[in-house]
Amino acid sequence: MELNYLTAHQLHDMLVSKEVSAEEIIRAVFDRVEQVEDKIRAYITLNKEQAVARARLVDKARAGGEYLPPLAGIPVAVKDNICTNGIRTTCASKILYNYIPPYDATVMERLNACRAVLVGKTNMDEFAMGSSCENSAFFSTCNPWDTGRVPGGSSGGSAAAVAAGETVLALGSDTGGSIRQPASFCGVVGMKPTYGAVSRYGLVAYASSLDQIGPLARDVTDCALLLNVICGHDPLDSTSAPYNVPDYTSFLNGDIKGMKIGVPREYMGQGIDAAVKDIIYKAIDVYTGLGAVVEETTLPHTEYALPAYYLIAPAEASSNLARYDGVRYGYRAKDAADIVDMFMQTRSEGFGPEVKRRIMLGTYALSAGYYDAYYNKALKVRTLIKADFDRAFEQFDLLLAPTAPVTAFRRGEKLDDPLQMYMVDICTLAVNLAGIPAISIPAGMAHNLPVGLQLMGRPFGEGDILRAAYAFEQNTDHHRKLPQ
Amino acid sequence: MAQYEAVIGLEVHIELKTDTKIFCHSSTEFGAVANRHVCPVCLGLPGVLPVVNKKAVEYAIKAGLALNCRIASFSKFDRKNYYYPDLPKNYQISQYDLPIAEHGHLKININGTDKRIGITRVHMEEDAGKLVHQGTPSTTPYSLVDYNRTGVPLIEIVSEPDMRSADEAVAYLEKLKAIIQYTGVSDCKMQEGSLRCDANISVRPVGQAELGTRAELKNMNSFKALHKAVTYEIERQIKLVQSGERVIQETRTWDDSKGVTLSMRSKEEAHDYRYFPDPDLAPLVIDQRWVDEIKAGLPELPDERRARFVSEYKLPEYDAMVLTATRELADYYEQCVQLFNNPKLVSNWVMGDLARMMNASGREIGDVLISPAQLAEMLQLMDKGTISGKIAKTVFEEMFNTGKDPGKVVEEKGLVQISDAALIDKVVDEVIAANPKSVEDYRAGKEKVIGFLVGQVMKATTGKANPGMVNKLLKEKLS
Ligand SMILES: [Zn+2]
Repeated sequence: MELNYLTAHQLHDMLVSKEVSAEEIIRAVFDRVEQVEDKIRAYITLNKEQAVARARLVDKARAGGEYLPPLAGIPVAVKDNICTNGIRTTCASKILYNYIPPYDATVMERLNACRAVLVGKTNMDEFAMGSSCENSAFFSTCNPWDTGRVPGGSSGGSAAAVAAGETVLALGSDTGGSIRQPASFCGVVGMKPTYGAVSRYGLVAYASSLDQIGPLARDVTDCALLLNVICGHDPLDSTSAPYNVPDYTSFLNGDIKGMKIGVPREYMGQGIDAAVKDIIYKAIDVYTGLGAVVEETTLPHTEYALPAYYLIAPAEASSNLARYDGVRYGYRAKDAADIVDMFMQTRSEGFGPEVKRRIMLGTYALSAGYYDAYYNKALKVRTLIKADFDRAFEQFDLLLAPTAPVTAFRRGEKLDDPLQMYMVDICTLAVNLAGIPAISIPAGMAHNLPVGLQLMGRPFGEGDILRAAYAFEQNTDHHRKLPQ
Repeated sequence: MAQYEAVIGLEVHIELKTDTKIFCHSSTEFGAVANRHVCPVCLGLPGVLPVVNKKAVEYAIKAGLALNCRIASFSKFDRKNYYYPDLPKNYQISQYDLPIAEHGHLKININGTDKRIGITRVHMEEDAGKLVHQGTPSTTPYSLVDYNRTGVPLIEIVSEPDMRSADEAVAYLEKLKAIIQYTGVSDCKMQEGSLRCDANISVRPVGQAELGTRAELKNMNSFKALHKAVTYEIERQIKLVQSGERVIQETRTWDDSKGVTLSMRSKEEAHDYRYFPDPDLAPLVIDQRWVDEIKAGLPELPDERRARFVSEYKLPEYDAMVLTATRELADYYEQCVQLFNNPKLVSNWVMGDLARMMNASGREIGDVLISPAQLAEMLQLMDKGTISGKIAKTVFEEMFNTGKDPGKVVEEKGLVQISDAALIDKVVDEVIAANPKSVEDYRAGKEKVIGFLVGQVMKATTGKANPGMVNKLLKEKLS
């Protein structure tokens, strides 16, 4: 097997035993990038020179007998809405096409501190708005399993890069399913941690109360290793939780006997592809076979998650994206008559249609006279959705559902129908509204495409999720399948 | 014709004197090179997050307590959305429906009567930057932005519409300023913009309960300007109403050079700020114990201090009010009284010569060269008879201009009072000999003449003779 297809934990063992050098690993990754990138188009910016230099430093440290942390020398791709000091961070938007942050996001500092190697910045839907990676202002990313299909979104570049062997690990961000849904479409592991578990400092905000950075990986162990690095309190983020981060790998022991798993019937009803449903039932059988107690349950307000999400997220976005006005950085419209004209032209030319759609929606939802009818009501729905989960978790350790109602769809298929595109995130949105953690792991193939199994847990219950995900992985081999 | 009354409410922005900004660690130092005190957070760069400065919250609570407000146990920050090039995020983090403090009041004194002015709320917010316009739009069509001020912590203090005249508005602002300065949470320097005041003004016929249409006045950066602007605006509105016209709800600016208020923007252009809770900041949950601690640490405030000055120093109410108008002046006075225990005499000097010379020179109490100890020393010289009251005035003036010790001034200028009986005796004899007519008049019963003769003695001694001794000697010799 090629180095770039191994997992981080395998590579770490090889690094420690000196079977391989960090430079060899990063070169294998960039060889693969050279080979497939023009078909996959996962990266907006590649960081080859600096990556090789960093890998060499890891090798030097190893030669000097230094301790190598688990991710030292491991290639990591980072979604292009996470700020990287001195490296262009575009959010896949024309309005930030030339923006170079003067600081590192907290997760980048943590990756750097443990000597991980940044491969590059991955493509995404503009400002993380979208479910197909087709809303990028630069180009669309293709699904490595079938390049005629989308990789999912908005972290499609990160998911595709992992699936195509163009990196070993990746970071994405998940506002309404933006890590889990592309993980499902690309057949990799993707996790949205509890809101507050990972610092958002340096994550270019889409919807602040929903956004969370999380890992994309080839297996559950790698996911746990990356979580170990990125989780933890950050004084620069007042929404970050002060809590003791456990060693997430300590949950990976395969024992789930007696674990209570609920299957919300709302996630298995209409709109879920029959083949996808079939795979989820098979996954339930696996869990029952391992001694878990699986029962049907209900999250009665699920149907309101989509409308609540599409009021709250755009409302926050309309305010978060107000700063892109051409005054200080990024794109500025030419030949404007005055300052107001400059604002308007810059934003009109700089933002893509989906971003504009959501800004307008959010502006409307927050405007005087409509606030109570829309935004405020959505907040109340959000509280009900949270309460649904609280009730469910009194009875169950985990909830199980499909990650997405369908497998990866064809490129362009849903581009002209925003509402249909929004439906793709129907199984993931509520998790963000409730702030709870959830994972998507490969559960099988339907229509020759990967299907993701979603496991949702209690706030800060990442350990339970990882334990169950790992048990499933140990008893199946879906995660070992590679796209051709 | 109906009598009209004005209804005035003030909105006052005060900059809190923290070392760092409200949501980041950048310095709040005044007057630095443009864009020196900025960081990714206060520049609102993509991806940054605000973290509230605990000191700023403490100061806001302190101000709220000093203004007799109820401090919220649960408060939050909201976003006020509007576009302006000096506002890096194009929203200002402020407080909307849950301000940190509400329902307070302060007392003003108008013509010897106390009046209570309600304080609706005190809320926290961040300041914006500053635009520096280059030339005119036709010659240099661009502007520069200085973001040093962005994120400087402010409190906005909104009064009830309880004021009825420009005098009351000025008295309110003076009292507010004094109270805030006493707490130490702000310098309240109007000229540096650390205290900014807007006024809402409407007029209505006396006896009418409902309010007239109001105009908002901006850009008054001194007490004088506030008084002039409010007076002008009240007259303008009364004239409009009397001539049957309508007052338009609008924002007006005070043009100090022309002495008029001018329309800035009307209500039709008013913003919809689309306030909503800032999702980047956790709500402020304020522990009552913390509030109690802050309250315990509050210094003596102007009203309490005024009352104490009356009871402890037996000062007239008026003296106490003037002396406690600022914390610095009150401190100055008290330090002086500690060293020279004649409270009324010290008060006379501070309110008299010191105030007069400060006014004439435009100096604040903080820049006065005479220390309280020096003033006390001068009063001691007077008390001992080393200098006369008249000489003291000369000495004081020299001290005010140079900051020299009174002893040194007296010595340098040879101003020691002559109390040598033999010497005075000699001069008195000379004056009597030189003014036979006056002597005759005095002996004929014109007692007023004694004043002229004393004056002649003082003149001959260049004012240094002890006036008490001169008086006594003259009377003895002429009887
Ligand atoms: Zn700053």
